Amino acid sequence: MSRDPLSRLLPEGWLAGPMPWVIAAMAFLAGLSLASGFALNTAARGLGEDLARRATVQIVTADAPARDRQAAAALVRLKTMPSVAAARALGSDELDTLLAPWLGPGASRELPMPAMIDVTLRADAAADMDALARALAAVAPDARIDRHDAALAPLAGLVKALRLVAGVLAAIVVATMGGVIGLATRSALDSHRETVAILHLLGATDAQVARLFARRLAIDAAVGAAVGVVAAATVLLLLGRALAALDSGLAAMAAPGWPVRIALIMLAPAVALLAAAAARTTVVRALRRVP
Amino acid sequence: MAEGMAAIVQFENVGLRYGTTAETLRDLSFTLARGGFYFLTGPSGAGKTSLLRLLYLDQRPSRGTVRLFDQDVAAIPRDRLPAMRRRIGVVFQDFRLVPHLSTYDNVALPLRVAGLDEAELARPVNEMLDWVGLSDRARARPATLSGGEQQRVAIARAVITRPELVIADEPTGNVDPEMAGRLLYLLEALNGLGTTVVVATHDLHLLGRVARARTLRLDRGRLSQPAGAGRHSAVPA
Repeated sequence: MSRDPLSRLLPEGWLAGPMPWVIAAMAFLAGLSLASGFALNTAARGLGEDLARRATVQIVTADAPARDRQAAAALVRLKTMPSVAAARALGSDELDTLLAPWLGPGASRELPMPAMIDVTLRADAAADMDALARALAAVAPDARIDRHDAALAPLAGLVKALRLVAGVLAAIVVATMGGVIGLATRSALDSHRETVAILHLLGATDAQVARLFARRLAIDAAVGAAVGVVAAATVLLLLGRALAALDSGLAAMAAPGWPVRIALIMLAPAVALLAAAAARTTVVRALRRVP
Repeated sequence: MAEGMAAIVQFENVGLRYGTTAETLRDLSFTLARGGFYFLTGPSGAGKTSLLRLLYLDQRPSRGTVRLFDQDVAAIPRDRLPAMRRRIGVVFQDFRLVPHLSTYDNVALPLRVAGLDEAELARPVNEMLDWVGLSDRARARPATLSGGEQQRVAIARAVITRPELVIADEPTGNVDPEMAGRLLYLLEALNGLGTTVVVATHDLHLLGRVARARTLRLDRGRLSQPAGAGRHSAVPA
C-alpha cells in the first residue's frame, strides 16, 4: 500500500501522552470482560443443557421388597424409552459415598433409603419430563422425579446475571474508550489547529485531514490495546491454570476457550478501527464548522 | 477591467460582517482581470486582510456576490471548495509555515495535498527552491531561517502548483528594501507567466515599481478612489 503523501505532516509521537496508556487499561478491562462474558455464556449454556437433561428417579417407600421391585421395573421401563439416553441405578456403595459426609459411613444399611436411578435424557427430549413421569407411574407408583434444573436453577440464574453484567461492563468499557479517543482527537486537533488551518487553505479536503488524525490515533490505540490485551491474556492464562487445578466440571466450562482467544486477538485491531472511526468523525465534525 | 482580459474575480455589492459586529467590508464592487497585477492598499484596519480572506475562500461574504473563476462562491458546495482553493496560492503576512517541516517539505505541501507522490514532486520542488534561491536551505526548519528566507519559502509554497491566482498579504512587511525588491521581482516574473497577482501592502513605494500594476484602495471597509493616477488606477466594475 502506498504511503499517504501527507502522513508525515503530523509529527511522530505527537500523541505520546496518556492516551495509549488509558487505551491499554481499557483494553485490559475489555479483555477481561469479554473473557468473563464468553466463559459465563459457555457455563450458562452448558449448565442449562446439562441440567435440563438430567434427573434422579427416587422410589420412596418403606416397604423394601416393593421398593426393589419398583426400582427394577422402573429401570427396565426407562431403558426402553426412546427419550432416555441412559439410566443407571445407584448401588448402596454409591449411596453410602454420597451420604457419608452428613450421616457417616454405612448409613444406607442402617436407615431406610429410597432406591435411586440416575437418568439422562436425549438432548431433543430434554423438556419431556412429564412423559417420563407418566411412563414411570404405571410401573413404579412410588417413583418421584427430581429434576436437576429445578434444583440448580438459582445457580443458573446467577450465572446468567453475571453474564449480563460482563456484557454491560464490556459495552461500558468500549463506549468509554470511544469517548477517550474522541477527547484525545479534540485535544490533538487543538494542538495542531494551525497546521490544519494551513492544510485547509492549501485545498486539503476534510477527508485528507481526517485521515491524518485517524491514522495517528489508530496507531496509538492499537499499541495501547495490544499492551492491554497481552496483560489480559496473561491474567486469563493464570486463571485458566488455576481453574484447571480445581478439577471441577463448572470450572472447566468457565476456562478460556478458542472464542476468548479469538476475541482477544481481534481486540487490538477492533480498537484501532474504533479509534480511526472516532477520530475521523470528530475531525470531520470540527472541520464542517469552517467555510 | 483591463482591456481584452476576462475576469477572474468579480465583487458585486459585497459586505462582510464577523458575528454581530458592524460590517468590516461594505458595498464592494470591482473586477480583477485574469493575468492582471493588483496592489491592494489602505491604512491598518481598512479591511485588506478581510478582503483577501474572501479572495482565498477563507470566508464567504455576508451579502452581495463574489464570483471567482466564473463561479458564484456562495453557490459552490462546500465539498468543491478545496478544488477551488488549489487554484489559488496565498502568501500569508505571517508566512504560516509548518514549523516541524523542512523548507523542502513546506514547499512540497501543496503538491502532496494535490496527491502527487514523492517521485513526481521532487523535480518541481527542487526547481522552485532554486528559483527562490533556497536550494542550499532545503533541509532547514523555518525557525532556523531568516525572515526573508521564510518569506521566500512562503512564496515558493504559494506558487509551486502554478495557481491561476496568487494573493500576497504584506509580502514585504518583514523584509529589508533589497529583499522587498527581490520578492516583488519574483511576483512580477510569475505574473509574466500569466498568473493573476494581488498584493496587499502598506508600502506605497512598491506601487510605482510594477509598471503594469493597478491599485485598489480600501478605506474603512469601502473601496475608495485609486491610490495613484493613470496606470495605478482602481478597477471598479
